[in-house]
Amino acid sequence: MHHYLLPDISQPGKIGCSLPPLDVPPAELPPKELLRQELELPEVSEVELVRYFTALSKLNYGVDTGFYPLGSCTMKYNPKWHEDVAKLPGFASIHPYQPVESIQGALQLMFELQEYLAEITGMNATSLVPMAGAQGELASLLMVKAYYQTRGGKARRKILVPDSAHGTNPATVAMSGFEISAVPSDDRGNIDLKSLESMMNEEVATLTLTMPTTLGLFDPQIAEISQLVHERGGLLCGDGANLNSLLGKVKFGDLGFDCVQLNLHKTFSTPHGGGGPGSGPVCVKSNLAEFLPSPLVTKQDKEYTFSSPAKSIGSLGAAYGNFGVMVKAYAYIRSLGAEGLREVSENAVINANYIKEKLKAYYHLPYDRTCMHEVVFSGKWQKANGVATLDIAKRLLDFGFHPPTIYFPLVVDGALLTEPTETESKETLDAYIDAMKEIAREADENPEILHTAPHNTPVRRLDEATAARKPDLCWEMSGRAEIDEKKDTS
Amino acid sequence: MSSKEYKYTQDHEWIYPEPGDKGKMGLTDYAQSQLGDIVFLDLPPPGTQVEQFKKMGEIESVKAVSDIFAPVSGQVLEVNQTAIDDPQLVNQDPYRAGWLVRLELTKPSELDALMNSDEYDKFVAELGEGNSE
Amino acid sequence: MLLPYLPNTDAGRSAMLREIGVGSADELFQDVPEKFRNVQFKLPPPLSELELKEELRQLSNRNANLDDYACFLGAGCYRHFIPSLVGHITGRSEFYTAYTPYQAEVSQGTLQTIYEYQSLVCQLTGMEASNAGMYDGSTAAAEAALMACRITKRDKVIVLSTVNPRYCRVVDTYVNGHNIPVEKVESNLDGLSSDCACLIVQQPNFLGYFEDMGAYIQKVHDIGALLTVIVDPISLGMFKPPGDYGADIVVAEGQALGSPPSFGGPGLGIFSCRKEYLRQMPGRIVGKTVDVDGKPGYVLTMATREQHIRRERATSNICTNEALVTLATAVYLATLSKRGLRQVAELCYHKAHYAADAIGKLKGYSIVFQQPFFKEFVMRCPVAPYQINKALFNEKIIGGLDLSHVIDNGMLLCVTEVNTKQDIERLVEILSTF
Repeated sequence: MHHYLLPDISQPGKIGCSLPPLDVPPAELPPKELLRQELELPEVSEVELVRYFTALSKLNYGVDTGFYPLGSCTMKYNPKWHEDVAKLPGFASIHPYQPVESIQGALQLMFELQEYLAEITGMNATSLVPMAGAQGELASLLMVKAYYQTRGGKARRKILVPDSAHGTNPATVAMSGFEISAVPSDDRGNIDLKSLESMMNEEVATLTLTMPTTLGLFDPQIAEISQLVHERGGLLCGDGANLNSLLGKVKFGDLGFDCVQLNLHKTFSTPHGGGGPGSGPVCVKSNLAEFLPSPLVTKQDKEYTFSSPAKSIGSLGAAYGNFGVMVKAYAYIRSLGAEGLREVSENAVINANYIKEKLKAYYHLPYDRTCMHEVVFSGKWQKANGVATLDIAKRLLDFGFHPPTIYFPLVVDGALLTEPTETESKETLDAYIDAMKEIAREADENPEILHTAPHNTPVRRLDEATAARKPDLCWEMSGRAEIDEKKDTS
Repeated sequence: MSSKEYKYTQDHEWIYPEPGDKGKMGLTDYAQSQLGDIVFLDLPPPGTQVEQFKKMGEIESVKAVSDIFAPVSGQVLEVNQTAIDDPQLVNQDPYRAGWLVRLELTKPSELDALMNSDEYDKFVAELGEGNSE
Repeated sequence: MLLPYLPNTDAGRSAMLREIGVGSADELFQDVPEKFRNVQFKLPPPLSELELKEELRQLSNRNANLDDYACFLGAGCYRHFIPSLVGHITGRSEFYTAYTPYQAEVSQGTLQTIYEYQSLVCQLTGMEASNAGMYDGSTAAAEAALMACRITKRDKVIVLSTVNPRYCRVVDTYVNGHNIPVEKVESNLDGLSSDCACLIVQQPNFLGYFEDMGAYIQKVHDIGALLTVIVDPISLGMFKPPGDYGADIVVAEGQALGSPPSFGGPGLGIFSCRKEYLRQMPGRIVGKTVDVDGKPGYVLTMATREQHIRRERATSNICTNEALVTLATAVYLATLSKRGLRQVAELCYHKAHYAADAIGKLKGYSIVFQQPFFKEFVMRCPVAPYQINKALFNEKIIGGLDLSHVIDNGMLLCVTEVNTKQDIERLVEILSTF
């Protein structure tokens, strides 16, 4: 059914849509050398296209399908009215370079969102420009770089990152021209302060911390960490991926962070889209505000306009960020208010701790302490019986659940990072807990069913080794590029 | 090739000395099982000078990248093109068909710093114990 | 507070708190030092869906939208026809509420559509491999520059002066981030030295006309550098794809292929390259394979290039990209197909030339460049462009981009298949009053 691709259903002469005829006299064509000969694209009728893509959509599992506890991703429900509002012509059909007077509504929305995000994080200024969390991280480190270059003095070449950090953190360090050093965590899952003390010196520009950590734990030493870093002339950068646990309750700015990047597609309910679009705004304290990526939206009297900070690190995109995503985040904040945001974080934390309590007798809990919005288990006990974390995840698919994040963070052996979010009821959590208990039992009594899982999904386990060894990335590589060969056979 | 003549590094490379101060090197069975399905080999071209215990290449599995370190100093004579074309060989036959690089040794005495079969087996066994606390 | 997206009831919460063994939610925040907890947040009080929809509708009405205004503004973001089918597919929640397809068995919808997208991009650009997309055209160009540096092991990037200045700024930010310099050259390529990793060109260029690629490609390859081309994807319905004239990396802004202007974002960074450079390509890539039963299926592949595995040695830090826009682009290309895309390109071409002809005949106006162009061209106006744009706006027309800071009284006009003959004639009429 879904095994065919577009070239398989292509027939010469089919069209997917209609276009108007030319209503002006045709001009002379340009020189032949500039023109293309053939454009080989599959020809499929609109009806067949709709059926094809509809069939494909049914092979997908989304938040609207069911529970999606993918740790560190915050797969919360995406409110539907946000989708409608983002499609209003006054938001969707506006050109970024239109006269500023003609887009005051858009600028007002962005300006207010800048303010709300600064307030939520306890910072002084916001740039909405970065288009995803990783780009927000890049903005932060480029600002740090500019900050030290402006101050002069000995160059600070190092960035400290915990060993539990998300892969984007070290990758961003490399992209901003710094060297990375990993700070170990202690056996409570907190930063090892002694190590930090020996590593934090005048060569270090910044410590980048996810807070709560990628283990879902709040490091109670945060005030000491902040003090240590600042005393030695460094800056404290936050990775705000886990903000869902602190919304409406705790401000990054109060904890001592100088900057933090956010993920609107995580914390602020905008849809994940199968891998984007996202939005990764960055909020900073005054000491970094002059370096923010351009442009910012500013307000003078009642007029909104763009401005560029004096020492901006530059542009991270051709326009202003993912405006279509900002609209949805704005709508979310306006529909919750401060009290609603607090209920979000409290419910997220309750849900995660509930799962922790109910499953800790079945799966090894490397850090037996209160967690925040996510909890990390390890597959250690099942591993002793020859069952891998991967097997557990694949078996969960048979029970109709999306698995948690697996094998991240790296500091936990066979991690199962589980983030329920606040948009799940106790009934859903109980169903998930029951499934996980059943799988733990199977791991003991019938591990073979786990090794061969999943059994009930549209496809079963896929051969990733061959996919990597002999890449087949497009029709041409499959030997299907000759689309026109499929002639009318009647 | 008798297993007695193989020498091993702590990074799980092996070297099998050949007459004329030459040697073949590869990864041990422990290494390939830790890596999983190997998908790509990034080996130094013939002529490259390598230094004992320094990185000389990379090996990729589906989910990981690992550095390959030179077990001894020397010059690369040839690389195993068959394994490059079919990296699965390293998983299937790590000590023979899955060899990686043939070297000309510049300091043969460096072999003395490496473990022999029994020492390596003990080393790996101790690693295993460390894992299951 | 009752919230439709918080399904937990008080009873449910109490039961869970009991199981956890605490009396209140606040106790679960015990690791947060007390002074940092429960601080005040100054935010507007919450409103209902009904109230907010009305408020936002009014806010949106404070923007002049392109459904109401004729648009002759391009410069990297375009108003093109979007078949309704596209929005209906991307509006299916199985597509838009899913995330990165890490669990391939339940993500075949996302994965197969990305494979189709990759294939469609290769057909369109004439390149051998495409990734799943990057943030936008400008960051795709920047990542292409970094990729060229990795491949050639060189530390300099050269950009042709006719590349979109906004793209140049982004390339600067990214490439300088690695402490690598970026230099500009004119069409004579003076300054193209053998230590440069790549030359970045735009085709057609920012000013709308076609560059002589033949003149560049040999010079660039002779010094062992890579040619990176930023292309207008709509133009590829009619014009030669960069793969045919020797490009090594081809990037583009995909917004024109099925997404609304959306105030500049989200867009899509189309990214494609020669097969030999595959391992250095950033971003996610989908590959075809089989499952244990021999059924065809799709997976994210070659992940060892990416940040979650290679960390500081990754080809890029990119994680979340623009997947839903990738889907929209795939649907658009499948829907328009060869006939439709050619038609759209030709409509743009002929309408733009009709407009340029008529404007060229007006007293006080001239078309600045004589080279062949596609859908955008620069006209010199008798007065400051901003004055003209003001008058146009009063007649519900969005005029072109003011280029007077680089070309005396210059304006970059764009005409697409959406502009009717009446639109163009109205435009010309208003221009003639100056």
